[in-house]
Amino acid sequence: MAALSSLRVAVPQLDSRRTLPCSHFGGAGCEKAFFRCQSSKLLLGAGCVAGEKAPRVAGGGNVRAAVSASKAVTEKPNSGSKSDKADLLVTKDEGLELYEDMVLGRSFEDMCAQMYYRGKMFGFVHLYNGQEAVSTGFIKLLKQTDFVTSTYRDHVHALSKGVPARQVMAELFGKSTGCCRGQGGSMHMFSAEHGLLGGFAFIGEGIPVAVGAAFTSKYKREVLKEEGDMPVSIAFFGDGTANNGQFFECLNMAQLWKLPVIFVVENNLWAIGMSHYRSTSDPEIWKKGPAFGMASAHVDGMDVLKVREVAKEAVERARRGDGPTLIECETYRFRGHSLADPDELRAPAEKAHYAARDPIVALKKYLLDNEIATEAELKSIEKKIDEVVEDAVEFADASPLPGRSQLLENVFADPKGFGIGPDGRYRCEDPGFTAGTAQV
Amino acid sequence: MFEALREGLSEEMERDPKVCVIGEDVGDYGGSYKVTKGFSEKFGSWRVLDTPIAENSFTGMAIGSAMTGLRPVVEGMNMGFLLLAYNQIANNCGMLHYTSGGQFTIPIVIRGPGGVGRQLGAEHSQRLESYFQSVPGLQMVACSTPYNAKGLMKAAIRCENPVILYEHVLLYNLKEKIPDEEYVCCLEEAEMVRPGTEITILTYSRMRYHVTQAAKTLVDRGYDPEIIDIRSLKPFDMYTIGESVRKTHRVLIVEECMRTGGIGASLRSAIMESFWDELDGPIGCLSSQDVPTPYSGPLEELTVVQPHQIVTAVENLCGKK
Repeated sequence: MAALSSLRVAVPQLDSRRTLPCSHFGGAGCEKAFFRCQSSKLLLGAGCVAGEKAPRVAGGGNVRAAVSASKAVTEKPNSGSKSDKADLLVTKDEGLELYEDMVLGRSFEDMCAQMYYRGKMFGFVHLYNGQEAVSTGFIKLLKQTDFVTSTYRDHVHALSKGVPARQVMAELFGKSTGCCRGQGGSMHMFSAEHGLLGGFAFIGEGIPVAVGAAFTSKYKREVLKEEGDMPVSIAFFGDGTANNGQFFECLNMAQLWKLPVIFVVENNLWAIGMSHYRSTSDPEIWKKGPAFGMASAHVDGMDVLKVREVAKEAVERARRGDGPTLIECETYRFRGHSLADPDELRAPAEKAHYAARDPIVALKKYLLDNEIATEAELKSIEKKIDEVVEDAVEFADASPLPGRSQLLENVFADPKGFGIGPDGRYRCEDPGFTAGTAQV
Repeated sequence: MFEALREGLSEEMERDPKVCVIGEDVGDYGGSYKVTKGFSEKFGSWRVLDTPIAENSFTGMAIGSAMTGLRPVVEGMNMGFLLLAYNQIANNCGMLHYTSGGQFTIPIVIRGPGGVGRQLGAEHSQRLESYFQSVPGLQMVACSTPYNAKGLMKAAIRCENPVILYEHVLLYNLKEKIPDEEYVCCLEEAEMVRPGTEITILTYSRMRYHVTQAAKTLVDRGYDPEIIDIRSLKPFDMYTIGESVRKTHRVLIVEECMRTGGIGASLRSAIMESFWDELDGPIGCLSSQDVPTPYSGPLEELTVVQPHQIVTAVENLCGKK
């Protein structure tokens, strides 16, 4: 066990620009299955085998989508101080968008911690610090009509998907102006407008919901003959969830029906205090996709550009109707599991290792080194985000708490569900009803 | 009854292309009790989805698709199997409309055969009404005749709330002439089975037939029971029930549910709370025994309420004649 866990820490420091470290095996030559990568110029380097489909299994026809490909790509030799524009992984606009989204995620979560300790926010609050590259890398590729499900660590997924910071903060403060009217809280962020299907407290239970949204997408195509881009769904969840039955059941169904869903495992190595290696017989989660015939990948989740490349392929696959993808992102949470977690079990060396791979710092370096953005532009983004977060707090502070009348309002979509009272009228016809004065 | 359910479901699927069926063996096999027989050919395999055996996940999938615009009808091959979907039914089905602040509706119907059958063994003879009863956000109805089966199926599908429709394994072969014209039953209303003056007998599902059978004996002996099939297990139709209690002043509940925490237990306390002054005596409640349904015939018979027990209970509540 000690040997295995030390592998995690002993990741070589590679240039974040172009290389794809295989963090499990220390860098060189691992025979890992990888999906076929369209952007071969960017991700395949020396020593890579271009992706090929595995031969058809006799008698069946279950083509294994997982293919052999790159592992540790050797560093591209420096051809000068600047890279060619054509080689850059993002345009300026894209780079700034990614930067802003990650800084928003980080600043928002930092503010949550402050507000919690000041008694403005309550209960269980799970912060996303350190994992921003995954949320930004995937969600910034999505449209408003695409869907996302998450777990209790959902604030940043909500923000990346476009839910205004004000609404998220107000929700956390329990105010009626929150995205869920204060009824959901930290672990239940929802937004119909932005395609955020939740925020789920029990891990695993959001994955079928994402699969269901994908089923709707496909149904609308097949049955209702709707045209246009097929909306895709992404389910975000952690390493702990990958041992849960619903994960496996959903991998099966999604691949069986080729639903436009992407399963994103944010493997941050810890499920509260349970190390991934202590709970998982085979810790390589991405390997479980091919068991269902599903295209799978493992990616460095601390590098937003790598995540984005992998995500692009997966989103395109889903949208053109070729089915789901399982992507394991190696990532890390800089804080404890929740604000109540003393975080005593994780080794300082491990934390330091990942702190040195801060995704925001890495992107900043990339943007500056390649002269995609200037220091001043990035600073102005940071300042803007500070203002957005401050404004969110002010808005949340000033917003009202829900009144008594809100208590019963959303129990049923159709309040006739409260039934018929002794006087023969539906209970909901009683004006005082939702304030809980009418008997239920 | 299975044909009535089939008709109701088929009519709703024709009426609204967003209605679909999700469950095990609903497609090619036609459903374990043939409710969806012929549907695959008629509607295609996307609308009648044969699932792998993964209740929690396919129920969750149905919830996700309901949130995004479809109107799925989930079939539990036996209602007991839905225990595996309890996570999704309680947490997501019941709660999501509330925790999302009203943003998402979940117009889902969960249905299937349940109740005590003929020596099917404990796990296939479960009475799940009480298990789901407390989940906020769910409506529950139990059908008992071909007429109300079709009507409740249609109503449940049209309802914006998640509805659990309890069917009973032993009632599928009931025959009845039902109207040709379209009709829909009201989900929240109870059904008057036999008007009377002396005692209100509240029942639902299969026990309705044990009650009507007992009623023959009771009428012979000079009693005049009023029999109401409550149909809506949650919420209770307190108007129909209340009008009856005001008339008869005596109540007997006859149910197949377990005694502990059952529908009868809730109903009893609701009646006491609202109609205490109308009651001439304690509310009687006959429930099935709190045992896992035994396989052996005589023991199984002793598990559920039998007509002679109903007769005795009425005699005790009303006085011997």
